[in-house]
Amino acid sequence: MYPELGQLALILALLLSVLLAVVPLAGALTGRDSLQAFARPLASGMFVFTGLAFAILIHAFLVDDFSVAYVANNSNSMLPWYYKFSAVWGGHEGSLLLWILMLTGWTLAVAIFSRRLPSTMVSQVLAVMGMVCVGFFLFIIVTSNPFDRMLPNVPADGQDLNPLLQDIGLIMHPPMLYMGYVGFSVAFAFAIAALINGRLDAAWARWSRPWTTVAWSFLTIGIALGSWWAYYELGWGGWWFWDPVENASLLPWLSGTALMHSLAVTEKRGVFKSWTVLLAIVTFALSLLGTFLVRSGVLTSVHAFASDPERGSFLLMLLGITVVGSLLLYAFRAPVVHVRSRYGSLSREIFLLLNNVLLVSATLLVAIGTLYPLVLDYLDAGKLSIGEPFFNTTFSPLAVATGLLLGAGIFSRWKKTDGGMLARKLLWPLAISLVATAAVMVNYGSFAPWAFAGVFTAIWIAVATLWDLWDKSASRQGRLHGLKRQSRSYWGMVLGHLGVAMVMAGATVVSNYGVERDVRMTPGDSAMVGDYEIVFTDIGERQGANFTAQYGSFNVFLDGKLVTDLHPEKRNYPVGMSVMTEADIDAGLFRDVFVAIGERISDDAWAIRLQYKPLVRWLWLGSLVMAIGGFLAIADKRYRIRVKAEEKQKAQAGNTAPGKPAEASS
Amino acid sequence: MHPIRKKRLTILAFLVAGIALAVGLTTYALRQNINLFYDPTEISAGNAPVDVRIRAGGMVEEGSVIRDTESLKVNFRVTDYAASVPVQYVGILPDLFAEGQGVVAMGRLNEEGLFVADQVLAKHDENYMPPEVADALEKSSKGLNKANAEKAAESAAY
Repeated sequence: MYPELGQLALILALLLSVLLAVVPLAGALTGRDSLQAFARPLASGMFVFTGLAFAILIHAFLVDDFSVAYVANNSNSMLPWYYKFSAVWGGHEGSLLLWILMLTGWTLAVAIFSRRLPSTMVSQVLAVMGMVCVGFFLFIIVTSNPFDRMLPNVPADGQDLNPLLQDIGLIMHPPMLYMGYVGFSVAFAFAIAALINGRLDAAWARWSRPWTTVAWSFLTIGIALGSWWAYYELGWGGWWFWDPVENASLLPWLSGTALMHSLAVTEKRGVFKSWTVLLAIVTFALSLLGTFLVRSGVLTSVHAFASDPERGSFLLMLLGITVVGSLLLYAFRAPVVHVRSRYGSLSREIFLLLNNVLLVSATLLVAIGTLYPLVLDYLDAGKLSIGEPFFNTTFSPLAVATGLLLGAGIFSRWKKTDGGMLARKLLWPLAISLVATAAVMVNYGSFAPWAFAGVFTAIWIAVATLWDLWDKSASRQGRLHGLKRQSRSYWGMVLGHLGVAMVMAGATVVSNYGVERDVRMTPGDSAMVGDYEIVFTDIGERQGANFTAQYGSFNVFLDGKLVTDLHPEKRNYPVGMSVMTEADIDAGLFRDVFVAIGERISDDAWAIRLQYKPLVRWLWLGSLVMAIGGFLAIADKRYRIRVKAEEKQKAQAGNTAPGKPAEASS
Repeated sequence: MHPIRKKRLTILAFLVAGIALAVGLTTYALRQNINLFYDPTEISAGNAPVDVRIRAGGMVEEGSVIRDTESLKVNFRVTDYAASVPVQYVGILPDLFAEGQGVVAMGRLNEEGLFVADQVLAKHDENYMPPEVADALEKSSKGLNKANAEKAAESAAY
């Protein structure tokens, strides 16, 4: 009976979302407060009913209710309870329900944290969120109902969760990613609301900024978790494959990064308004495109999609309505009056404009590389794949150019920057970065042009960022006081940029100086990888919760000293009849040593993959630092200081006290 | 020149330069890195280019996998049940590589008609069939070997 209640809850949530899309908007347009007052309760109700449906689905998984088709297809009574829990979003229907839960969660968050916004603005923003919700509620109810029953032939047991997904990385990855995807709907809703009432001003930019930054931070974490999971779980030590599914998440990240920066210009200087609105629309459209690519089955085969088009066409329709509708609105309402020029040709505005040009170019490149084969295939114009080299050759130069500009841009000023001053400022960071890069090259023992460019760019960003921090924190009351005086949004920027530097350093070094060897080994054999000697000592068997495994034992030596033992496994999951490689990794801040077992070659000989991965952790640590920067930036006081004088004082008093320890620790 | 026009011109120049750079890089990289897909029927008919990096795919022929015991060299044949192509690969095969399963190989065809693979991809899970393979099988099922093809199409139907 519970599953039917779940479905009922979804239908009720759909009805509430329809009301939310219509009533407050009507109220805002006709100026009736009584209608606008419905916005917040409707948003809460929608979230409560979606949450109820989600809880019921979790319950169905935990009690092994295999009469529900989705549970039977994605779970098994042998599965440990925490994987039963995460299996809720292990398949299409459940992950869509999670998507919608987050969407209603963001809507509720807007309703709660927008008390101080003008009520017409809140009504319009929530109404737009409601429209997005209507689309997705219809999608899940019509095409992907997670509560469908298999009656009367209830299977005795479930088909098990794909063993690749039985992992901590996969428990965390989709929720984070969806928080990011869906979070951009808030920036989108703000943009559409601003277009509807024709008020594209600094206040609008200030309101959408924190939401965009939070969504971006979640997306950053989500992408990093996916990369980390692929690295250790997919088995073979790659961290980014330029796979269409990965690209689908990178696209909104790139345009979201551009959006964050152009929002900064719009808030501070009141320019680039139309461009910022357009970016907000594009970013959300790319989130929808990503959902379409991953969820429609179009990647498995465009023809499979064409033969079972229900889900795909529905998503495509949603995407089309969103894009066409918002672009039409944009065409009619985007500000036509050109803002009078208030910045010079060398200024922070120009640097951020270039940042946007580069990021949008990168977005386009990734989009072309991802969609071109799909389009050709769909037109039956031939089958081709665009491999990693395409993305590496096109993406790397753009990344390097963006990084070089970033380092210079940090020292630039709004309105007008003196070229001579900028050049003098850059001299020392340039010298330091060159020397440091040379030292890194010597340390790793070889020179390659792209390695040099990547490492130099990373160090350049870091040095420029820290140099600027040093400049700004100069204070007569001492350095510590100067550091404390910096705003949280400035600290957020510092961390964001240091994170970028770490990711660039990690990506460059691991790609250029990593060592990967496939060797044939029998127990007793040893092999070198980098400076490490790996000795294969033994192979044994063990029984896991829902699998049996053969595991190897390896000793890792550096300069004749034992560093660690590694026990990679080959697992056999009997329910799904699948085999999984479980690599074992000795992780370190500066290098990973990675051992995985391949197939058995003869009685006692095995194919073994050995890898030395310098700085690979920096990819994920850097992403984490970036995300922390984002969360820090939105904790900035100015987002909480409001119009009324007494409120202003209250807010300030409330913020400074608990803010102190956080600032000191950063 | 008027300062506003000058600034607009600068912005325009940057935009044009950026787009030109992107387009240039894209076309250059696209020319180098597009890998066309050929099925076994096309390859054995001699329609695939020699010594160009291509993708080939089909089912691993039953009983065709020969593993060298002294190195990581593996030989097998890839078939679409109408024709088959010999493949050589040195390295570790994916977990789900098995006889009678669908694979896609990246590599070059040599003068002797041997496909030397540098990468072999198998499906990620039980339900997934490399899309090219499913297509190739569908195409060959219109050919001679009906019984086998039907069996293959059944497993490719997902």
